[in-house]
Amino acid sequence: MRRRAIFHNKVLPYLLLAPQVAVTLVFFLWPAGQAIYQSVLLQDPFGLRTQFVWLENFRVVLTDPLYLGSVRVTLIFSTAVTALSMGAALLFAVVADMRIRGATTYKTLLTWPYAVAPAVAASLWLFIFHPSIGLLGRRLRYLGIAWDYKLNGNQALLLVILAASWKQVSYNFLFFLAGLQAIPPSVIEAASLDTGPARRFWSIAFPLISPTTFFLLVVNVVYAFFDTFGVIHALTGGGPGKATETLIYKVYTDGVINLDLGGSSAQSMILMLVVVTLTAIQFRYIERKVHY
Amino acid sequence: MATRQRPTQWLPHFILVVGVASFAFPIYLALIGSTHDAGIIARGEMPLVPGPHGLDNYWQAWTRGSAERVKSIPVQALMFNSLVMALGITFGKIAISVISAYAVAFFVFPLRMFFFWMIFITLMLPVEVRIIPTYKVVADLGMVDSFTGLIIPLIASATATLLFRQVFLTIPDELVEAAKIDGAGALRFFWSVVIPLSRTNIAALFVILFIYGWNQYLWPLLITSSRSMETIVIGIVKMIGTGDAQTDWQIIMATTILAMLPPVAVILFMQRWFVKGLIEAEK
Amino acid sequence: MRRMRRARWLFAGLTGLWVAAGLSPAPAQAVTEITFWYGLTQPLGGMLDQIAADFNASQTKYRVNASFKGSYPETMVAAIAAFRAGNAPHIVQMFEVGTATMMAARGAIKPVHELMREAGVPFDPNVYVPAVRGYYSTSDGRMLSMPFNSSTAVMWYNKDAFRRAGLDPNSPPRTWTELRDAARKIRAANASPCGFTAAWGTWTQFEQFSAIHNVSLATRANGMDGMDAELLINSPLHVRHVQMLIDMQKEGSYKYGGRDTSPEALFVSGECAIIHTSSGYRARVIREAKFDWGVAMLPYYEGAPGAPRNSIIGGASFWVMTAPRRTAEEYRAVAEFFRFISRPEVVAKWHTDTGFLPITMGGFERVQASGYYKQNPGADIPYRQLTRTEPTENSRGLRLGNMPEIRTVIYEELEKAFQGQQTAQQALDSAVQRGNTVLRNFERANRP
Repeated sequence: MRRRAIFHNKVLPYLLLAPQVAVTLVFFLWPAGQAIYQSVLLQDPFGLRTQFVWLENFRVVLTDPLYLGSVRVTLIFSTAVTALSMGAALLFAVVADMRIRGATTYKTLLTWPYAVAPAVAASLWLFIFHPSIGLLGRRLRYLGIAWDYKLNGNQALLLVILAASWKQVSYNFLFFLAGLQAIPPSVIEAASLDTGPARRFWSIAFPLISPTTFFLLVVNVVYAFFDTFGVIHALTGGGPGKATETLIYKVYTDGVINLDLGGSSAQSMILMLVVVTLTAIQFRYIERKVHY
Repeated sequence: MATRQRPTQWLPHFILVVGVASFAFPIYLALIGSTHDAGIIARGEMPLVPGPHGLDNYWQAWTRGSAERVKSIPVQALMFNSLVMALGITFGKIAISVISAYAVAFFVFPLRMFFFWMIFITLMLPVEVRIIPTYKVVADLGMVDSFTGLIIPLIASATATLLFRQVFLTIPDELVEAAKIDGAGALRFFWSVVIPLSRTNIAALFVILFIYGWNQYLWPLLITSSRSMETIVIGIVKMIGTGDAQTDWQIIMATTILAMLPPVAVILFMQRWFVKGLIEAEK
Repeated sequence: MRRMRRARWLFAGLTGLWVAAGLSPAPAQAVTEITFWYGLTQPLGGMLDQIAADFNASQTKYRVNASFKGSYPETMVAAIAAFRAGNAPHIVQMFEVGTATMMAARGAIKPVHELMREAGVPFDPNVYVPAVRGYYSTSDGRMLSMPFNSSTAVMWYNKDAFRRAGLDPNSPPRTWTELRDAARKIRAANASPCGFTAAWGTWTQFEQFSAIHNVSLATRANGMDGMDAELLINSPLHVRHVQMLIDMQKEGSYKYGGRDTSPEALFVSGECAIIHTSSGYRARVIREAKFDWGVAMLPYYEGAPGAPRNSIIGGASFWVMTAPRRTAEEYRAVAEFFRFISRPEVVAKWHTDTGFLPITMGGFERVQASGYYKQNPGADIPYRQLTRTEPTENSRGLRLGNMPEIRTVIYEELEKAFQGQQTAQQALDSAVQRGNTVLRNFERANRP
């Protein structure tokens, strides 16, 4: 991945990085530092009484059997969301990239879902899947399928996976499409003489968009881990039981709803550590397979 | 691609129709919902065809639903605030990430990977999770209740930086060498080669970031306290009842459709850039 | 490339715009302005805005700037973040289960009794209904926060379904035995697909249930007397009740419809014939239910000593927050606003407009005199249930730290029991054990 031809300048790269680094320092690293400090404190929400408790918050989290349950849910949830949203998006992008009638309309319609405000999207899901008032939910029950995600943990997990993937498909679709459109037609045409379309895709197009795929893989894993508590909050609230409680949902509820700032900070530290490791692994091993 | 040539196959159409049907269905539902009355929607008896109340609902959403509800704040003002915030975040993010990715991809300098990872790590924690300390920083800087406070903290973007790095790494070394031989400096190369080559991705990113900015909820809610700074999404959430309230679903859905118009306009506008791009030259 | 340059200009232009907006001169003012954050969505939020506007129009010295801050938990986080940054709002609306958290934050809040005394504004807490006053006062009767939107839980039933099942639509079940009987008959006659459901499960089936049966939810007078309270929801009566719900679920006469408000859709859609939920449900039933319905008091177990007693409240109250450099004049403005919202006509209007309870006796009498309850039969049931007896230690309310988290714990354990993963006794024992951990954590973090 290291390029050979580079520019040499002692000052310019720092200048180019400066705005981004400044914003990151002030609005991310500084508050994140405070969150680290918070993770070793026992404090009331208003910050009126503070005790230093060393690593107690971490110990409490890591010895909680219910936390391990959330780890399991998170693994299933994240894998499913990443695979589903990337797979579906790639399929749609490849097909929409073909020169077919109405391609532009398809592209527009597949991008729109991303524009729905998340708060409303959750309500729309309810009107589709709710066992009693949802369009699909009612039909499922009419067909004799015992659809009740309020009391069936597996169905609830399936529902939040679908909802979380739905939003992300449009996102992935856009970038896959952008990647595919950037492939010079001459490259494909040269290859098209002697191979079938499926072969051609896997041997020519797919390697060429592998940088985009790698980018999306990283982004989607992070999305599934960190950015999905809104969906879960609106649809299942982590239930039934703890069937849909992912790690980030726990961080969110402990911090924002239960106001346990110390415990919540400790959990975010653990979670960050996990994802940084995961991402480093992706950069180290998967990126080797990426063709630049 | 040959696949880009005249397709007579029905398979692509089938896949896309299924895709559109399942992915745009919730939007269709909102559209249909906005033409019925509240009772039908809440009882779950909504049919799949438009009802008779469409005009009333949109009229109410546009005038009473928003204008009277949020006293003295007409819906245009809500839209304007959202627009300023969304554009500010979009341009800000693209601008600062494209130059930082350029630095990381085209220069070798001490601490290069350190900076990359430092930026990258911002991807890891959404603002909702570290909201209390971040609020304090913004308050200490006197940026509460202002567009600066709304926008600046959200423009650090690891996503965009990572995307541009990926795109820049695909630019062949030969191009850089050719530019150097022509005597072009790093900045000249940036403007005349790198930016044009990243056009489709900038367009895609523009769409994504605009919608990201447009749909922000918790951050504007926290950072603004005066009425005149409210955004359209806050307006919508305000309408969705919690607990004791009844919910005017038809008005919410009508407002949702109205609130979707600017993002959709951006999508349509940006789509022109998709079909252009590199292939243009060879058509 | 030209396009990028244009974009850059646009960006620069926007930057200029913010700067200009920031520099606009503030008008010279003699009015004292106070900020007020609330967590009510529309249409209630709009009505609250109207009350603030009416107050502003009623005098010239003070001005209340009301603004929506999201759901109650979001409003709470906003207030906490603002307090930590030194610019808390003057007034924040907080749900009833946040009472313990707010009360423990002694340096962050100003108790209402103290505010009124210092501001010299005459204020008599005795105008409030005892169950309302008790919830927001210390055990020696000093008021901490200003009651405003209060509701209580009642029973709504589908009269058409009752008729179809051969039940008398004008005598709703009074006891749990009668309720179960009615629900079974409704199922047997297929009068509706489900007999009974309950929204706000923890509130209606535990908090209200305990008050009505005069049993304790927790030690130390439900936490009113101290932070060292422990949960008592695995008492024989509680276990018996959960066991009955499980049995009813098995025989198909009870349906668990999810947490908080989600079961409410089941009643208006005609699926469940009986529901327990907030009195504030009224407006929704009027608009959405396509059948003849009635409202009644919550049922009780026959033979339970002391039952039925008064129910308790839910809803929210207004807390006064402190901040550095907050002046006496600002507190005075808050006090005047509070005096305004406790006027009988304001209380009466809020009650009839929204379906929340009339929280003062004066407000109730005013509405009664207007003939409103004659035109709206059943609208006085919540008030009558709330005031039918003098509150005891068990029916005054509760003050448990991190109550929202405890509610989630109870929901989770109940859901596991309804799925058949554990018995009623196991569910409640586990809820007590986990809930007590939550209480101990709160106690540790907030110990004075």
